Amino acid sequence: MRVGLFVTCLVDGMFPNVGEATVALLERLGHEVDVPLAQTCCGQMHINTGYAREALPLLRRHVAAFAGYDAVVAPSASCVGSVRHQYVGVAQGAGDAALAQAAAELAGRTYELSEFLVDVCELTDVGASFPHRVTYHPTCHSLRMLRLGDAPLRLLRAVRGIDLVELEPAAAASCCGFGGTFALKNADTSTAMLADKMRDVLATRAEVVTSADSSCLMHIGGGLSRLRTGVRAVHLAEILAGTASDPAGEPVAGAAAGSVSGGPR
Amino acid sequence: MTTAFLGMPLPTAPRGVGMLRGDEPFPQAARRALGDAQLRRNLGKATGTIRARRAAVVGELGDDWERLREAGAAIKDDVLANLDRYLLQLEEQVSARSGTVHWARDANEANRIVLDLVRATGATEVVKVKSMATQEIGLNEALAEAGIAAWETDLAELIVQLGHDRPSHILVPAIHRNRAEIREIFLREMGAPGNGGGVPAPPDLSDDPRELAMAARRHLRDRFLRARVAISGANFAVAETGTLAVVESEGNGRMCLTLPDTLITVMGLEKIVPTWRDLEVFLQLLPRSSTGERMNPYTSLWTGVTDGDGPREFHLVLLDNGRTATLADPAGRAALRCIRCSACLNVCPVYERAGGHAYGSVYPGPIGAVLSPQLTGVADNPTLPYASTLCGACLEVCPVAIDIPSMLVHLRTKVVDAGRRGARPPKPEAMVMAAAGWAMAKPGRWRRALRAARLGRLLGRRRGVIRHAPPPLAAWTSARDLPLPPTEPFRDRWSRTRGHQQGSGS
Ligand code: SF4
Repeated sequence: MRVGLFVTCLVDGMFPNVGEATVALLERLGHEVDVPLAQTCCGQMHINTGYAREALPLLRRHVAAFAGYDAVVAPSASCVGSVRHQYVGVAQGAGDAALAQAAAELAGRTYELSEFLVDVCELTDVGASFPHRVTYHPTCHSLRMLRLGDAPLRLLRAVRGIDLVELEPAAAASCCGFGGTFALKNADTSTAMLADKMRDVLATRAEVVTSADSSCLMHIGGGLSRLRTGVRAVHLAEILAGTASDPAGEPVAGAAAGSVSGGPR
Repeated sequence: MTTAFLGMPLPTAPRGVGMLRGDEPFPQAARRALGDAQLRRNLGKATGTIRARRAAVVGELGDDWERLREAGAAIKDDVLANLDRYLLQLEEQVSARSGTVHWARDANEANRIVLDLVRATGATEVVKVKSMATQEIGLNEALAEAGIAAWETDLAELIVQLGHDRPSHILVPAIHRNRAEIREIFLREMGAPGNGGGVPAPPDLSDDPRELAMAARRHLRDRFLRARVAISGANFAVAETGTLAVVESEGNGRMCLTLPDTLITVMGLEKIVPTWRDLEVFLQLLPRSSTGERMNPYTSLWTGVTDGDGPREFHLVLLDNGRTATLADPAGRAALRCIRCSACLNVCPVYERAGGHAYGSVYPGPIGAVLSPQLTGVADNPTLPYASTLCGACLEVCPVAIDIPSMLVHLRTKVVDAGRRGARPPKPEAMVMAAAGWAMAKPGRWRRALRAARLGRLLGRRRGVIRHAPPPLAAWTSARDLPLPPTEPFRDRWSRTRGHQQGSGS
């Protein structure tokens, strides 16, 4: 299948390892992966902050950049959620029926990574190895917007050597407090929510917290790093890309914990 | 302000009356609440309990729950689409059964109508059934100004009133108080001189829930027996029959609805259901969503006046106060489906931490964040649509399936658009958004922006993470480290290592 990687602006600019891991994983599974460099940002941040007008050119660019791929895959539930659940509305709001139609068509073939693996490729064992104690935080957009269900967990359970400890159901379902610009506009409330999320993560005694969104991980990992907990935030793609011969998501030598494995490897 | 069908701006809820606007922006109000450890404990405990109860009674209905929700949403949408017709039908039916219908454009009109009605009876005090609408319009305050005392009879509402406090939850207005605090309030206030000769609490009162309830009961009984006028809200009004419904747990509402001579009901004009049968849907949706019960203990239904049974005079005040303006916005009108069950508050992670008062309105939590700004116009509540992470928990539980997250985004757009029209220089945020949009508009610019971001590595030279970033990211690093930007963005790495494959667009 010819897959277009929807890398997302955050991964592009801050977490290139997550993009590389996604490519490595998909190629290992036999897909032809292409990264259209015409993509920049899907516009979600603009839309969610109230700047639909500024988002519109980004929507047009995104829709055009991904024309012609069998599947568009992103290592982000919330960016996929935006394409799937917001694009048509924004296009309609701007009175652009052609864009709305193209967006609806794109939404039908845009997938979050774990969704693509489990639902489209019908895989749960992707041949990964990750010998660490890991807990999984289901981001709100994976849980309630995309309804990924336990797809990420099924993938994680099949990872060799992993010691997966799940969060308590109530703790898992509660928002980490990131919320895009919410983290800045309502920094105090965001931090209060983060504190509870960190408490729940720490209660699992995991060494690594993972999820489907780099954005929420940047928030959770940033808090865990500030408190010097030693718990690292690693994107799901990095765990799934790791194999026994080529381990992924290893900390950068000398880097502080929780740096979400940004920086060069 | 919303543009109406004829291009005329529809009136929103007026300023200076009622309780739909806070004194300060949400982030500031929330900050203060977050510093109150007792409040957070009380709220966390209460919302956690009620969340679990709701989940259990909703879960036992299986797939039926989804169908009930769909039915509830569909009925309400029909009501909103045909509100003009249903309102007239309701007026006709109520009038035919010797009730009197009054139309109130806004809070001021509604307060004046009620005040005149109470004055006409000669009463100097009234008993009240718990009602959101009368709080929305500040009726108690308006009556007090005219020398008429309004006694709240709902237990939680009584606690709020005695504590000279403000409600912080739709269903449990005193959710921010614990038992020990309630005991203190009862001991101090029940017999206080300013409390209209109220029966005091027994001096040996403990904080046992039953003892507290008994003290409230003795205190209230006296009020019920004396009252000649009662004021209520309504959960539903059946257009077909002119029947009003109040759903409650304590029975105090029923005392108010049946004992006094005169009953005045103030109701938001969206509370209509078309037919008697429609109640079947809502009387299942509401208790399960709100108190987590299969059925609520008391459902009072009344139709006009009946000789020798209940009040001899019945007045229904239909309140607009920004509802027509809300109705005029296709992307916002679904907020009027709300049946005030408070399920969205109980699951909201922001409400759970910040508490109800931070929203500055009688309608807190997710529904408040979409309803208050619409009733007042977004200019008067510009921070509420941002008081959410868009986590979607509210939509998941709402019994009438209001897509609150999407509505929040829609209202944010209205806030931003209203800001654009202002003559003031654009806010820093608008400039950042415009700059980001510009940089993202062309891959070449975007590539250069990402490369420039490498400069950020200087901020974390020593530690390998950024501990202090300049504004606007300072709010981020107040509590979280920021990773260093990579030496090479993904797209550069890709071009360098795979450039031969393709490289469209830059
Ligand atoms: S918005 Fe929905 S969940 Fe919230 S109070 Fe209204 S009906 Fe209940």
